[in-house]
Amino acid sequence: MARTITMEVLRYRPEQDAGPVFQTYEVPFTDDMSVLQGLLHIKDELDETLSFRWSCRMAICGSCGMMINGKPALSCKTFLRDLAPGPVRIEALNHFPIERDLVVVMEDFIDKLERIQPYIIPKEPRTLEQGEYLQTPAQLEKYEQFSSCINCLLCYAACPQYGLNPDFVGPGALALLHRYNADSRDGGAAQRMELVAAEEGVFNCTAVGYCSEVCPKHVDPANAVNQNKTTAAADYFLGFLKPKGSRT
Amino acid sequence: MEVYEADVVIVGAGGAGLRAAIAVAESDPALKIALVSKVYPMRSHTVAAEGGSAGVVQSHDSFEHHFNDTVSGGDWLCEQDVVDYFVAQCPEEMVQLEHWGCPWSRKPDGHVNVRAFGGMRIERTWFAADKTGFHMLHTLFQTSIKYPSIKRFDEYFCADLIVEDGRAQGVAVIEIASGEFTLIEAGAVIFATGGAGRVFRENTNGGIVTGDGMALAYRHGVPLRDMEFVQYHPTCMPGTGLLFTEACRGEGGFLLNKDGYRYLQDYGLGPAEPEPRNKAMELGPRDRLSQAFWHEQQKGRTIDGPQGAVVHLDLRHLGEKRLRERLPQIYELAEEFLGVDPALTPIPVRPAVHYTMGGILVDGRCASPLPGLYAAGECSSVGIHGANRLGSNSLAELCVFGKVAGLEAAAFAKSATRRDSATLLKQAQKVEQDARALLTRTDGTERIAQLRREMATTMESGCGIYRLADTMQAACDTLDELRQRFRNVGIQDKSSVWNNNWLLTIELGFQLDVAQAMACSALNRKESRGAHQRLDGFEQRDDEHFLKHSLAHYDGAGPPRIGYGDVKITHSRPAVRAYGAAGEKAEKLAKEAGNG
Ligand SMILES: Cc1cc2nc3c(=O)[nH]c(=O)nc-3n(C[C@H](O)[C@H](O)[C@H](O)COP(=O)(O)OP(=O)(O)OC[C@H]3O[C@@H](n4cnc5c(N)ncnc54)[C@H](O)[C@@H]3O)c2cc1C
Ligand code: SF4
Ligand code: FES
Repeated sequence: MARTITMEVLRYRPEQDAGPVFQTYEVPFTDDMSVLQGLLHIKDELDETLSFRWSCRMAICGSCGMMINGKPALSCKTFLRDLAPGPVRIEALNHFPIERDLVVVMEDFIDKLERIQPYIIPKEPRTLEQGEYLQTPAQLEKYEQFSSCINCLLCYAACPQYGLNPDFVGPGALALLHRYNADSRDGGAAQRMELVAAEEGVFNCTAVGYCSEVCPKHVDPANAVNQNKTTAAADYFLGFLKPKGSRT
Repeated sequence: MEVYEADVVIVGAGGAGLRAAIAVAESDPALKIALVSKVYPMRSHTVAAEGGSAGVVQSHDSFEHHFNDTVSGGDWLCEQDVVDYFVAQCPEEMVQLEHWGCPWSRKPDGHVNVRAFGGMRIERTWFAADKTGFHMLHTLFQTSIKYPSIKRFDEYFCADLIVEDGRAQGVAVIEIASGEFTLIEAGAVIFATGGAGRVFRENTNGGIVTGDGMALAYRHGVPLRDMEFVQYHPTCMPGTGLLFTEACRGEGGFLLNKDGYRYLQDYGLGPAEPEPRNKAMELGPRDRLSQAFWHEQQKGRTIDGPQGAVVHLDLRHLGEKRLRERLPQIYELAEEFLGVDPALTPIPVRPAVHYTMGGILVDGRCASPLPGLYAAGECSSVGIHGANRLGSNSLAELCVFGKVAGLEAAAFAKSATRRDSATLLKQAQKVEQDARALLTRTDGTERIAQLRREMATTMESGCGIYRLADTMQAACDTLDELRQRFRNVGIQDKSSVWNNNWLLTIELGFQLDVAQAMACSALNRKESRGAHQRLDGFEQRDDEHFLKHSLAHYDGAGPPRIGYGDVKITHSRPAVRAYGAAGEKAEKLAKEAGNG
């Protein structure tokens, strides 16, 4: 027999609601159902007007991040069985403006992603005829984890500093920045360092570490940020020794 | 209505669309590119691809081998000249991705590693752990940020193609955040909108994979080719259809029936050996493996699970360490979604719909018969997959043909004559009017969830792994009826901001058209070939009558007209598709005959 669970979902429709309100739905569920499947049940059977982002259903496209019982999580990777008997409280991700219902405005993150120069700036240019760059498994391991970021924004919703200061580049984008800096093929670290050390860079982080805890992909953005604090501090220090623009 | 003037507009920012955008940008930085996607690019379904991407690298491999695997895998329904071009370009494209930063898995000496894949005679599948599509997509997306000439329209929904003067000249798009329309004028249009697997019930596809580009091209008179060929992937999660990559078997996984027996040896894929052997047993092609499941089920040798019959994907002998290293995502999926530790317990799996072999008819240069319209990726039928796609050929396809589409569209746009902006705008306004009419009407009684469910159910029964005339006919009839009922659809949500109730309704319209093209093409193909297998007197391949591409032509409110086109055979004559020991013997004989 199907059990049911109460889902309290934050609604906000800017054209008709003065502010966000909770709406409650009774959802039948089975043990293999995710929160996302619960929401899809609502959308298909109970209320067509509920809006939320989703696509892959397998924790890889990064669309379905939301606050589930107060914690940032992927709804496709969170199971109703673990939240029973409920009720389950579903809200849009913290720290982002709500566009509508569970959909947040995420342009800020995209801007940041664009600013970190998230592409290889070759250390040594190479033509296609020359074939691939050699990279040992050990060199790959240096950045692989940081390249696994699915841009789900859970870490931003978890980060108290981002909540206070939206200019902070933030955990996800800094992890990606570090991903390129740590890649043996890349020579762009100096170019990226300006942003790392800038006012909106790594020094905003107060090492709370909640970002790494909520990350569904084990990216450990806190680790990336900390590694860059050390480099940025070293650079800052070197900056005193060497006047800007001087060569050795 | 806002108007944006581009040289090339690309609809779709998955692997194919992004590769196309970069190709245009690199070919001429002065060209203005509009890159439209209904989701942020990194959400595109390329992200879900796990296993890998093909490209010949090993010294004992050759383009000829890759060609032969592809053409025989496709049951000779491939365009052989296009396959020739494709296999020759794959390695360069994979190296290009490497230069752009794709974290390919490596050998100890630092060279890129390759793995075995179903139906491939020699290991040539490049992989980035078991997240290949994810890494390719993010690499392409992040690299695309380098090019200032690429203007992205993220979360813009393409509602229609604008055709004027017999030429594709732009698209009408909806900004999802506001519900406002924009006309994007362009000298050339590229569709890279992905597949259509969501017309079926159990499938490996994301919610966005709804065949939009296929339907739009089709409605504008471009035929959809080989739509009856829909690939079932043999190893998916029961219920949700989520995928356990073929790489599980490439790494040495076994498929077992309820007696713990490797049943594939009973279906011409043996002998069963402990080590994976290319093109044999678990590394046979997908169509054969899915068919074998069906037979096992008929014989009562599958296992009953809460979500229907399953067999076991057994990875236990690989050990936790290797599984965590080579198949980390699979490990997590099994643990979290099924509560199964694959190092200790076999994973229950069953076939689910995975890939649309057919699509928008284009030639080897990605040009459709409609001047100015190009297509690449899963939405297109460029001719490399034939009746059954080989795993890891489609990620490679995104790069090879994404680039071709970009270069060809760029050249076309440069030579295109001036547009008459006023007429284009008028057309776009008409598109807006029609889309808004859906929204404002209050008398619609049909619900989209209900129509969608009926569509998926009828597709599953009519266009499954094995097919019969009467269920295919029933599917055609039901789709006809659903298309009628769709005209009476009602949308509850009347708002403008992020109204995806509205967009889902437009998508359902696309899906119904594409589903009908599939079902009618299937009914008309009176033979069995690749992924299209019949049990009603047409069990054999019939080269005399059906070594032909099917072409579904849109015919308004009625069912499509089905025509046929020639298959380009250059140097591989149709032969028996044989795998396992029988395959090796056949290959040897063919070689001897060739030498003699
Ligand atoms: C689970 C899974 C695993 C796979 N594994 C492999 C593998 O290992 N190897 C392999 O070779 N292949 C694999 N495939 C197949 C392969 O991944 C796909 O064929 C391929 O990624 C499709 O890419 P694409 O660029 O054509 O489309 P997609 O990546 O699906 O992108 C489509 C784009 O079009 C946009 N779009 C669609 N409609 C509209 C519209 N109306 N308006 C605006 N934008 C629109 C979307 O937003 C998206 O950006 C796998 C497929 C799946 C589902
Ligand atoms: S670092 Fe982790 S939590 Fe943050 S965006 Fe990336 S994947 Fe999501
Ligand atoms: S739906 Fe893709 S991450 Fe959840």
